[in-house]
Amino acid sequence: MWDYVKLIVLGAIAVLAAIAANYAHDLPYMVNAIVVMLAAAIAFVWELRHAGEVRVHPANEYMDGVVRAGVIATTFWGVVGFLVGVVIAFQLAFPALNLGGVTDGILNFGRLRPLHTSAVIFAFGGNALIMSAFYIVQRTCGTRLFGGNLGWFVFWGWQLMIVLAATSYVLGGSQGKEYAETVWYIDIWIAVVWVAFLLVFMGTLWNRKEPHIYVANWFLLSMIITVAMLHIVNNLAIPVSILSSQSVPVFSGVQDAMTQWWYGHNAVGFFLTAGFLGMMYYFVPKQAEKPVYSYKLSIIHFWALIFLYIWAGPHHLHYTALPEWAATLGMVFSVILWMPSWGGMINGLMTLSGAWDKLRTDPIIRMMVVSIGFYGMSTFEGPMMSIKAVNSLSHYTDWTIGHVHSGALGWNGMITFGALYFLTPRLWNREGLYSLKLVSWHFWLATIGIVLYASSMWVTGIMEGLMWREVDANGFLVNAFADTVAAKYPMYVVRGLGGVMFLSGALIMAYNLWMTVRAQPAKAAINANNAVPAE
Amino acid sequence: MCAKQVKKVPGQVETTGHSWDGIEEFNNPLPRWWVWVLYLTIIWGIAYTVAYPAWPLLTGHTQGVIGSDQRADVEADIKKFDDANAPIKAKLIAADLATIPANEELKTFAESAGASVFKNNCAQCHGSGAAGVQGKGYPNLLDNDWLWGGDMEAIHTTITHGIRNTTDADARYSQMPSFGKDGILDKGQIGQVVNFVRQISGQDHDAALATAGATVFADNCSACHGPEGKGDRNFGAPNLTDAIWLYGGDEATLTETVTNARFGVMPAWTGRLSEDQIRSVATYVHSLGGGE
Repeated sequence: MWDYVKLIVLGAIAVLAAIAANYAHDLPYMVNAIVVMLAAAIAFVWELRHAGEVRVHPANEYMDGVVRAGVIATTFWGVVGFLVGVVIAFQLAFPALNLGGVTDGILNFGRLRPLHTSAVIFAFGGNALIMSAFYIVQRTCGTRLFGGNLGWFVFWGWQLMIVLAATSYVLGGSQGKEYAETVWYIDIWIAVVWVAFLLVFMGTLWNRKEPHIYVANWFLLSMIITVAMLHIVNNLAIPVSILSSQSVPVFSGVQDAMTQWWYGHNAVGFFLTAGFLGMMYYFVPKQAEKPVYSYKLSIIHFWALIFLYIWAGPHHLHYTALPEWAATLGMVFSVILWMPSWGGMINGLMTLSGAWDKLRTDPIIRMMVVSIGFYGMSTFEGPMMSIKAVNSLSHYTDWTIGHVHSGALGWNGMITFGALYFLTPRLWNREGLYSLKLVSWHFWLATIGIVLYASSMWVTGIMEGLMWREVDANGFLVNAFADTVAAKYPMYVVRGLGGVMFLSGALIMAYNLWMTVRAQPAKAAINANNAVPAE
Repeated sequence: MCAKQVKKVPGQVETTGHSWDGIEEFNNPLPRWWVWVLYLTIIWGIAYTVAYPAWPLLTGHTQGVIGSDQRADVEADIKKFDDANAPIKAKLIAADLATIPANEELKTFAESAGASVFKNNCAQCHGSGAAGVQGKGYPNLLDNDWLWGGDMEAIHTTITHGIRNTTDADARYSQMPSFGKDGILDKGQIGQVVNFVRQISGQDHDAALATAGATVFADNCSACHGPEGKGDRNFGAPNLTDAIWLYGGDEATLTETVTNARFGVMPAWTGRLSEDQIRSVATYVHSLGGGE
């Protein structure tokens, strides 16, 4: 009976999507409708072939299939996202690479830039968070993932979102909101998938066999709840038509800008900070085999971090139409946020104290240390850049781009690589990784790549900020905008090379993980089918 | 596993007694320096919000005790320079245009102001170094080859009213016919006149075609470009005998030019720039090397 309902629903979606594609008002909508139609058709065929099968969810086994899929997806989207990043980095250095005459603008920087940011934040970062959350919450609660196949719905729903967003961006479908470019119907889909994610996570916590909830889960839960709130409020909009990708936001003017940066900053604060701190709090003590340094610090910095972060958005709108008082509050809360952010760094680094010898032998630990180091650096740089006097120089310059990347490549990237190296042998039940030497190569390529990236962006960012504001004795501007662009050229090339190194490291990782699964001998089974240890 | 098992290692803090998937937690106190820096930032934050406009109220917001107003600060900053420059701007507007380059005081000011105007308004087409874009129809302003005239008066008029735009009735205007597209000349004649133009500009050419082209040129082109092809500033018609080309002097480009004509447009800058800015940028362009 249930199988028939599913088949009918999937078939109906495929037909409706085909109709929608036929009557679409614009190209992105049409292509998205076709993608939905294909996805529903594939799901229909899959359901048809598997109808009547009983899918068991034994309560004493962890649900690791979906985490394995997450490892694959994270690696794949990571490589894609870094590759697009390298392409747009070189487009800035060599504008001919926009290929404007050949591709009718599809590969313009303006189209590829949201593709890059969404691919790394939501495809790579999002998959990393979902897979880690699913792995961590099962292990630290001693129970199977809640909701049966709902975890799989979250996984596939998220991949569908990524494909919809990517095809929409290159065809010009965009809300024009940074990090929230996805058009209205993709936003609705994100909300549906995200609420399912919340259900799976909360249900698993609810079923836990441990008396207390581990700190990693506090961070992950705060991330899931807050991102749901941010996403829904920032994307409140009225579609122009049910058949169009266009919509009109319900907020306008400076209220819309403020809502956007309340969302935008907390996408950084909760998605890329709190969520990844959740990963850090599990993978670092596991890999180091050391207890977490301070329980007290983890409580205090957790509550301080989530209370303060939500206020910091206005620092993105210094010296704009935003009233001065709102900017003041954004700046003050950003500066107070410094120590709560560093609480995570202290707890991570001090957990490793006493295990420093492992830095020499374990490249995964080395990755985690560098990750926490970049976390500390960018959470110092962020409050500093939120100070109005600093911001008046740094805002709109490449310094901001460098800041974001020392966080994204250094912190989010490196901790995710560490997690992938940790998880792959365990999830596929292999005797360790295929090659630690390749991990070392990855480590050095990525680290040097990030250093090249961040330092070139400091140089060019501060240089262009100074050039923009340079006035002569009579108060006249000295430089043309094009002069600043020309002056940045060498640093743009260095940045691109840094990106190439980071991408090469990720490719080495993909190979290493692939060979771990393919060529490494299976670990002697302790118990069959990965059963939960008896409590 | 859920029972409290506090690990006590001599000389080490104890754990909280919980274990999740083998992870335990030490009960270390908060690092003192961390707590103190947190307190300091909070105290600083409170002080800052007392000093500056910060907290929203039911109507309006707290003004801050030091009376900061960043909008007023910017306006004051701009006004400072405006006030300082007001006397010399008045002199610049009152002066006879032709005398400005010889007046040291006005020239120095106008060149600095004009460079800034140029870089923010003109550089998009003429390049930030004013060398134009070769082959794209954006003239080089560094040489002494002028389409519409290179003295102060002529440059000032060009900037004020622009060229071939639809917004200014006094814009400089002329239109080259599309000799090929409109069927005035056939392909053979165009080939001849192109070779003639290459001959008078001292480039490789087919002598027979060029000789035939001389008649075509005299009948069709000389009215604007002059009998010798040296151009005419009254029509903005370029000199065809030198090595300077707006769109290019090769055979393919010349054929394209004669066939479909060219129609370069420049906006009028009155309304966008003030009179002192226009005079400044005219002085700046005049000073670049080709001023007459």
